[in-house]
Parts: sequence; C-alpha cells; structure tokens
Amino acid sequence: MSASSKNLAPMNLAPHFKKPLLQTPFHARARDLSQVDSFVAWAGYTTVDVFTTMEQEYFAIRNASTLYDLTPMVKYRIAGADAVPYLNRLVTRDLTKLKPDRVAYCVWCNDAGHVVDDGTVFRLRESEYRLCTAERQIDWLLDSAIGFAVTVEEVTEEIAALAVQGPTTCAVLKAAGLAGVERMKPFEIGYFSLAGFPVTVSRTGFTGDLGYELWMAPSAAEPVWDGLMAAGRSRGIRAIGSQALNLARLEAGFLSPNVDFVSAEHTLRTGRDRSPLELGLAWLVDFDKGHFTGRRALLAEQQRNPRRLLVGLDIAGNKPAHNALLYAKADGKQEIGSVTSAAWSPTCKRNIALAMVDAPYFRTGSTVWAEIYLNRELVWERRMSRAEVVERPFFAPSRRRATPPAEF
Amino acid sequence: MAQQQSPARYDFIVIGGGHNGLVCAATLAHAGRRVLLLEAQSRVGGAAATREFAPGFRVSSCAHLLHLMPADLIRGLNLTSHGLEFSAQGMPTTALRPGGVPLKVNQAGLSGGNPAGGDTDAYSAYVQRMRRFAGALAPLFGKVPPRLGTAEWSDRWALLGMAWQIRKLGRRDMRELLRIGGMNVFDLLEEQFDSDALKGALGFDAVLGTNFGPRSPGTVLTLLYRLAAEHAAGEAALSQPKGGLGAVCDALAKSATALGATIRTASPVARILVAADRAAGVELESGERIEASAVVSSADPKTTFLKLLGAKYLDTGFVRRVSHIRARGLAAKLHLALDRAPQFAGVEPASAKGRLLLAPSLNYLERAYNHAKYGEYSNAPAMEITVPTLNEPGMAPSGKHVLSAIVQYVPYALKAGWQDERQRFTQLCLDVLETVAPGLQGSVLHAELLTPLDIEREFRIEGGHWHHGELAFDQFFMVRPVPGAAQHATPLPGLYLCGAGCHPGGGVMGTPGRNAAQRVLKGSV
Repeated sequence: MSASSKNLAPMNLAPHFKKPLLQTPFHARARDLSQVDSFVAWAGYTTVDVFTTMEQEYFAIRNASTLYDLTPMVKYRIAGADAVPYLNRLVTRDLTKLKPDRVAYCVWCNDAGHVVDDGTVFRLRESEYRLCTAERQIDWLLDSAIGFAVTVEEVTEEIAALAVQGPTTCAVLKAAGLAGVERMKPFEIGYFSLAGFPVTVSRTGFTGDLGYELWMAPSAAEPVWDGLMAAGRSRGIRAIGSQALNLARLEAGFLSPNVDFVSAEHTLRTGRDRSPLELGLAWLVDFDKGHFTGRRALLAEQQRNPRRLLVGLDIAGNKPAHNALLYAKADGKQEIGSVTSAAWSPTCKRNIALAMVDAPYFRTGSTVWAEIYLNRELVWERRMSRAEVVERPFFAPSRRRATPPAEF
Repeated sequence: MAQQQSPARYDFIVIGGGHNGLVCAATLAHAGRRVLLLEAQSRVGGAAATREFAPGFRVSSCAHLLHLMPADLIRGLNLTSHGLEFSAQGMPTTALRPGGVPLKVNQAGLSGGNPAGGDTDAYSAYVQRMRRFAGALAPLFGKVPPRLGTAEWSDRWALLGMAWQIRKLGRRDMRELLRIGGMNVFDLLEEQFDSDALKGALGFDAVLGTNFGPRSPGTVLTLLYRLAAEHAAGEAALSQPKGGLGAVCDALAKSATALGATIRTASPVARILVAADRAAGVELESGERIEASAVVSSADPKTTFLKLLGAKYLDTGFVRRVSHIRARGLAAKLHLALDRAPQFAGVEPASAKGRLLLAPSLNYLERAYNHAKYGEYSNAPAMEITVPTLNEPGMAPSGKHVLSAIVQYVPYALKAGWQDERQRFTQLCLDVLETVAPGLQGSVLHAELLTPLDIEREFRIEGGHWHHGELAFDQFFMVRPVPGAAQHATPLPGLYLCGAGCHPGGGVMGTPGRNAAQRVLKGSV
C-alpha cells in the first residue's frame, strides 16, 4: 500500500484558529448576493443557508436555474493499479461496471454492515477516481487501502464545485458556451471550457431535477460564476442556499447524512447504526460482485426478518411533521418509529416526510399516525395526523432524465 | 508455472509445520480426518527446530528449553514412543552476578550467593502463592476462550468457570491476585525482596520474549501467564529434549504421520484459495493448487490474513485490527561454537547444566530495555543461557561445546540497520559473556546471531516475534490475536488459526494447535 494524505494549505492563512471556518472560492460572490446574511458552517467552510428567502430559491430550482456552492463537499482522489478492486471492496455496489466518464451513487459500510457514509464515485480516467462524501474519513479510506496498490488523498481544497440545477440549466450552460452539453446523459461526465477555464461537468445533483455539477480549479471559480450568471440572466438564474436545496432533496427522496442516518463511525449508542437495507438502499447492495466490507453481516441481515425501514410518508394536513414520533394507532400508545426529515412539498402539494418505521408498519400502503406539535403564537398544540407509507421519490419529473433536455 | 491438479482432496490443510501446526494436524488426524500439512522448509519444526550453525555444531533455533508443553499432550500423541527423549529434566536456574557469587533460584528455594536477610522466607512464601495463582489460571489454557456479550450458554458457563476458579482461591488470595494482576513486576518484586540478583532473576521471567521492561505495565500478567502455562504443562518443568527442540517436532511429525496425516515439506504456501466466500484450499509457491474443505493456518495472524489470504477477502475494520497487532520481536538468539566447555565463575558443574540468567538486577533489565524503545541496543543486554552440550555432548564434535543464549533487548528495526551492526553487537555479547565466563572469548570457533529480522525471514513470522504477537492485556485470552478471530475461527468461513498468535500464545506449548483442532472439528458455528 502506498497511501498518503496531502498536506493541505488552507486558502486563507490568516490566524486560522481565530476564524476557523474557511471561505470557499465563491465566497466573495456569495457575500455580494446575500440579502439576509444567513451563513452556516458546513464541513469547515462558511456557506450560505439562505440568500433572499428559502421559497424564492426553492422555486428557482423547480422552475429556472440555480447556483449552489458545493465546494465544502469532501473530495478524495483515488488512483493506482488497484483502484477498482479497492473501491469495489469499499462500497456495496459493483463498480467494475462503472465506465470511464461515469458517476455512481454509492454507500459503504463497516464490518457490521452499517452505513459509514454515502457519496458519489466519479471515474475520471481508466484508474483514477474521485469520491465525494459528506464526512471527512481519510482514516477509514486509508485503512481500507491496506493491501491495495492505491493512493488516497483528500483534494477538497483543490477543487471548487458548483451545482447548477433546474429545468433551464441545459440552456444556460449552452448559452455559456458548453456546446454539446445537451448530449450528456444522467451520471455522465464531460469536459468543457467556460469563461476560458477548463471545467469538468457531471450530470448529477441533489435536487431530483435536471441539473449539472461543475468542477474546476479554485482560480476559475469567480469567472465561471460570473459567466453562468450572465448566461442565465434571461432564464431566471439565482444563487441558492442550503435550505432550499434541502427541501428539493427531500422531494427527490434523497437521504441526508446526520439527518436521516448517522455514520456508523460516529454513533455512540448501540442500535443507532443503520444498514443500507434499513435505509431502503438494498438496490445499491450487490452480493454477487465478490467480497466487500460488511458483506457477510449484510447477508446475515438479509436472511433475518427486517426490523425497520426508512420509508416515505404522505401525511394528512399541511403541517410538517418535524421530528414527529409515529404510532400504530391514533391513540398514541404503541410507538413504531419517528420522522427524520419532513416538509410541506410546494410542488407535490403534499405533506411529506422520511421516517424510520418498525416492522410490519413500513409496508407501502400502511397507515401510521404522526404526532405533530404546532407552535401557534407561543401556544403549543398537538395533532395526531394520519399518514400513509408511500414509495419514494415524492417528485421525479421526466425532465431530470430527458436527453437532450428541453430548450428554454 | 504449470498448474497441477492434486488428485487427493483433503478435509483439512494445515499451513506450517511448527509445533502448533503439527499438534493440530495430529489431533485432526486422530479424529479420523484427512489432513495435509504443508511446511515451507525442507524439514518440519518451524521456529522449534534444531539447526547446524557450524559444521558439527547443532542447537535449537529459537527456544532452547521445553517447559510449557502439557504432559497429557506429550502422552496423548505418544511422543515418547515416537522418539522424544530428554537429555535433562527439572533443570536448575542460576542467577549470574558479574563479579559476585551466583544465586541458585529454584522452586525448592534459594541457595548460594547469600541472599539478603528475609529473602529466603519471603521467596518460599512467594513461590507458594504464585503457584496457587498459577493453578487458578491454568484451566484457561486448555480451552477455546469464551466470547463476551453473546447469548450463548457455553460462553456464559466458561466465564462463570473462570470467576469460580479465582473465587475458589479464597478471600485473601483472590484479593492479592486482583491487587497484583495489573501491576508491573518491578513494583511487585520491590515490595517483597531485597536481593538484587533474586529480583533480577524473577523479573527476567516476566519480560523474557516480550517488549517490556520490568517497570512496564502488565508485567505481572506476563509473569503469571508463564507460571500458569508451566502449571498447565504439569510435571515437565525445564527440560532439554535430546537432539534439541527440533526433536520435539520430529516426534510430533512421526505421531501425526502414524495417525494418518500427510506431511509435505519444502512446500511453501503462496496463498489461501477462496471459493464462494469460503477457504477452499491453498496454492503453493510452485503454482500447485490443493483443495480442502477447510484451511488451518499456524502462521502468525498478520502473515495469514494480510499475505496468504489478502485484505480483499476481509472487512476494513478487521484488517485494521490485524495490522495493529503488536508483533515486533525484541529477543535475539546467540549461538556459539566453543572449543571447550565454558567456565562460568562460581557456577558449580550441576548448575552449569541448567538455565543461567544474566540479569543481575531489575535496573540492569530496565536499562537494557531503555535503549530498545529508541531502536538501539544496550551495552549490557540480558541473557538466558544454556550449554546444551553439557547434557548432550553429541550436539557438538567430540570435546567441543555449544552455548545458546536468548539475548534481550534486540530491536527488530535497529535504527542503525543490522547490516553494519551485526558484528558489533555479536562482539558486545561476547564481551558481556566474558564478564561471567572468563576466557570464553578465546574458545569461540564460530558465532551466529539471529536478530528478530532474521527470525522473521527464516521462520516467516511477520515482525520476528516468537509469540506471533505481544502477550499483553489487549492481545490475550479472548481478544487474542484480535476480536473476530479469537476463537480460532476467522471471518472467512473455513479458515482457522492454530498458531502462537491464538490463545494461549507462544512458547513451545502446542496448546493453541490442540485447542484449534477441537474448534475446527466442531465445524462452522
């Protein structure tokens, strides 16, 4: 094994301990556009939670084009002769099937078959991959490299990233000079030039809508941002923060780490780890591809009756069931799970949620009851709302996969 | 390389023909299974072999005394009828003191070397108490360790049994055992004795073959461990097998063969074959593939999992634990071919035939250890010395002699590298020996030094640790070598461990091999 973690030079070197959050290469632009000064910490960076209003930004995702600063997403470069066997032993999917210039969504587990994290694997060249994750986990990745001829290094600060999401994004990118971007299929990677800088584009995203993610050198960040803003002006482009994205991802049925599950490397209490089978990600687990970490535990789990499952809920009324406990009956006596993410979906016009539900109530079509608390001018009210277990995603427009996407 | 398909299909393949591999193979064969044992070298023995290190001079390669192999194991496998004989049994121990009178330190008591005031009485009380403790702990050795946190009644019974053994000692002894269990041997001996030579000799047994000095935490545990293993062995005490330690393995090989096992030497295993997530056989370095229903490895855990099997068949967390096993050896072996019998100052002929310890005080040991922490060797190493030719003249040409010494502490990764230092360190050992055996240097015909690095290369033990992994709280009993492989079964179905890396550990004991065979015969659980 030869594995290394590069000594990363922080971008703003000023006494880092006094101002520990880093700024992304898009920070100056974000600062300019922020109307409500709402910044939050994300993986060591300061990023925008809301620019103007969450609603305005959300509707731009579903109706126009949006820019979202993805730079804090943790990125690892994985290369070497054993990159494929290494990754295939790391994740539960069969990555031998992943062709160059393609992306795959994956989860990976610890020995007990519990999810360490989820993320995307980009195959950039024959044996060079990029792994994008929510959490830093170089130790797990390096320990997984024991016995494999690979190098693993974190490259988060070397790559600025921008999510360009919404139904008009293909038109915006074309207007920005990315000729041929309309031919890119979902999960495909393409190489373009924007504002004179090389930009790697992947047709990926976290919104469940048409969209792309752009990867570039930090020095290209501001010119690319400006180029997109100029090209998208007539197509309703706007910068968005994490709140709007979170609503879109919930409609798309995507899981959010530390919200819908906690990394098995971070849980302290027993029984808080989640397997991919429990998270409804059984389709990501390939038992036939050969050994991977957690395989034996997951096989054993598969042979038992499932205890719980993360499912979608369609809840009566319009009050989001944030953190609601779930019950078998309206009398609220038998607790059978809890909501992990909830929102009123403006596009579906439904009150939706992701929830961890015990057997046998997780079956699609089951009725469960959600205990919702409402604060009405400082007076708390409790509602017991009927909810139905439904299939995910809640919102899956055909435009997200259409190739070529529609013109605007 | 052409791949031959072996015609025979075996129930079990045992990797490695050291004592544990041989015991395991013999025990499996005894149960009527078809067993193939594969040994890399041209003869069996592993690290428990006898080597000719100079023309006509033979010596035990690593351990040079037999004191841990259970008597019932020797009887059960009929080793005596398969040629095992002893040239000495019940050998005495003598603490050498440069410039002073040696002290005889035996179970029966102390003699010579005027031990300080109350030490004689204190010593006999100590021996009796430690013997009781050893007796309480000895039953742990013959069994596969239980697991914690399972719902299995067998595990619960085993844990209860352990607790009962200790409770049975009675209130005073139990309290004392629990008090000293986590201490270091320096503090224990300081509170009981005055004589430096006595403390040095007793402390040496706690740190022999370890990466510990007498002040290191957990050294009372290692001492109790050695005493309990000796207790579990029964009547053997310190013995010198006729023909060296290799003769033990020769007898084991004959026993295994007589029981129906097939032994192939000069057949190094390149890798363990896996089919449908199960160990399915092995591939030899020659390219030959041999199938079996299960594979039992007496190689050390790192070699077994990381080299022979490969991380790709294991989970990351398990590989992490295996790669963290502390298994760097710190003991070297010195072999001298002598023109005449060595004369140890003040040592009577009967004592010279026994075990001679060069550790005149606990501070001497601690200083010898200090250097090793920084990748250096001390100018005053500690030694366990035997002169096997005094008991068995045939180990050397007529009138000549062999001196065999375990030397501590000798780093695996010497900062200066062994290339240039080998000669210097060998000379240093001779200089130190000269202080207790004047005139020895002039009689040296040939000297051989086996550093931990040599032991790693020659015996294929990753890190060159005699015990295949440090015996310490975090690496012993039910977590030895690591959780997930501490009951001989491993995460890969059909692959088992039977070497010194398993409970109860190293030393020419054979117990890990026998326990493993019991576990293997139970099949998958």
